[in-house]
Amino acid sequence: MATEQSDTQSWQRPTAFYNRYVKWVVYVVIGAFLLWSAWNMRISPARAAQGWTAAAELLGGMFPPEFTPFKTDLLVQGLIESLAMSVVATIIGVILSIPVAFMAAENIAPKPVYWVGRGIITVSRAFHELIIAIIAVKAVGIGALAGVIALSYKTVGFFAKLLAEDIEDIDAGQMEAVEATGANQTQTMLFGVVPQVMPRVVGLTIYRWDINIRHSTIVGIVGAGGIGSTLLNSFDKYDYDFFLTIVLAIIAIVMVGEFVSTYIRGRIQ
Amino acid sequence: MLSVTDLQKTYSSGDEALKGVSLEVTGNETVAVIGPSGAGKSTFIRCINRLTEPSGGSVELDGLEVTDLSGKKLRNARRDMGMIFQEFNLVERLTVMENVLSGRLGYVSTWEAFRRKFGGDDVGRAYEVLDRVGLEGHENDRADELSGGQRQRVGIARAILQRPKILLVDEPTSSLDPETSRAVMELLTEIAADDDIPVLINIHEVNLAEEYADRIVGLRNGQKVFEGTPEGLDETARGQIYRGEEIPEETGPKQSSAEETAEDAATQEGALRRG
Repeated sequence: MATEQSDTQSWQRPTAFYNRYVKWVVYVVIGAFLLWSAWNMRISPARAAQGWTAAAELLGGMFPPEFTPFKTDLLVQGLIESLAMSVVATIIGVILSIPVAFMAAENIAPKPVYWVGRGIITVSRAFHELIIAIIAVKAVGIGALAGVIALSYKTVGFFAKLLAEDIEDIDAGQMEAVEATGANQTQTMLFGVVPQVMPRVVGLTIYRWDINIRHSTIVGIVGAGGIGSTLLNSFDKYDYDFFLTIVLAIIAIVMVGEFVSTYIRGRIQ
Repeated sequence: MLSVTDLQKTYSSGDEALKGVSLEVTGNETVAVIGPSGAGKSTFIRCINRLTEPSGGSVELDGLEVTDLSGKKLRNARRDMGMIFQEFNLVERLTVMENVLSGRLGYVSTWEAFRRKFGGDDVGRAYEVLDRVGLEGHENDRADELSGGQRQRVGIARAILQRPKILLVDEPTSSLDPETSRAVMELLTEIAADDDIPVLINIHEVNLAEEYADRIVGLRNGQKVFEGTPEGLDETARGQIYRGEEIPEETGPKQSSAEETAEDAATQEGALRRG
């Protein structure tokens, strides 16, 4: 192979690794880690077979889904609360995120401001919404307010991070040209930056709303309002028929949310 | 009047882009700065309105030292310098009218800018300026719908709506075809004459510089190696600018008093060579 090459031709097939020894070491380490993990979890076929019958029993108990007027009322109430939470949390979250995104964009923010912005984003992204929801429920009591707080908080981490990355990718020339007219910094942002990221702001808002719909169905499990509370209640009462109704309703509403989101984002890009 | 003295710029990479360039631009003359890629042409023009921060030297506009300014005072100085860019640098997603009106941003409050509320006079003048650059009827088009030549006209309209004391033009024709390039150069020299302001143009097409400029400045490796009339730009001068040939005593970088005679000499020499 290499013998045919003269000394002046040093090209070799590119590799993702430093050299072929490193490559084999990496493969061996990955394989060993996989085996160790499987051994460590003690996954046994007997256990899986045992669970299978319990699962079948549970699923059997769910049929048929229940649609009595009383339960339907509960369901609709829960869904409306979840939807309302997702809308309010998205609006509050986005309003809070936009200034944070500008702070966290390396190309326009001074270094200290940039680190503060990045810090806010990291803290927001560090915790799962359920953890925030638990804290919010302790703080403001059981109900939708706690859910709105948890979802708004999570929106900041997501929205500001992605928007900041988009601001970092703008065409600096457009911003520079506005600056060269004698515009102040805020005016430069308004004319030189905002128009460039506006489609992204709209797209991300819709996308985050879609995510918030899904998350609003889960935070109820820790008492933060919405359909999740109804879901947990039904499960605790062994009311598996109603449980299935709620699950189907959640799937329906998430699908509708995703459809609307895809449609709107398709239109603006 | 723009007066640049011993302007220097060393980038943080250690790259010395400008090694002390001096230049005066007055009246309504069109001055073309030519030179090979990397000679410091763009750096020079960007240091004048401080889009790039010069590391030394002085820039005076009508007696005001620009290099010391900051904040509001720097912004006010920038209002007096209209800049036109190689890649047009229009805000793509805004309309032509908004782009042109952004030339007035230095004169309105931030809140008014947010609401796109410019003075009645500004909007009226913007229409006049659009007329003048030949874009009447395009005010509601989005900037990214226009052709290259039209975009550059919007860029020019934005700069002249500032009512600047000087136009700084960075490679206005590099992104345009030859026909459109000529039209843009004609427009620029016309503005210089009509508005009685000087125009400082970076350009790498030497033939355009010869055709439209009143004076030509040659930069090489961050230094001025030629200054004179288009007629004075003979083979010797070109050699100095583009190939770094030694500068003969009699045709070296010409300054003030020596300029007249040196230019004559250069012209004769050029005529001889061509003849």
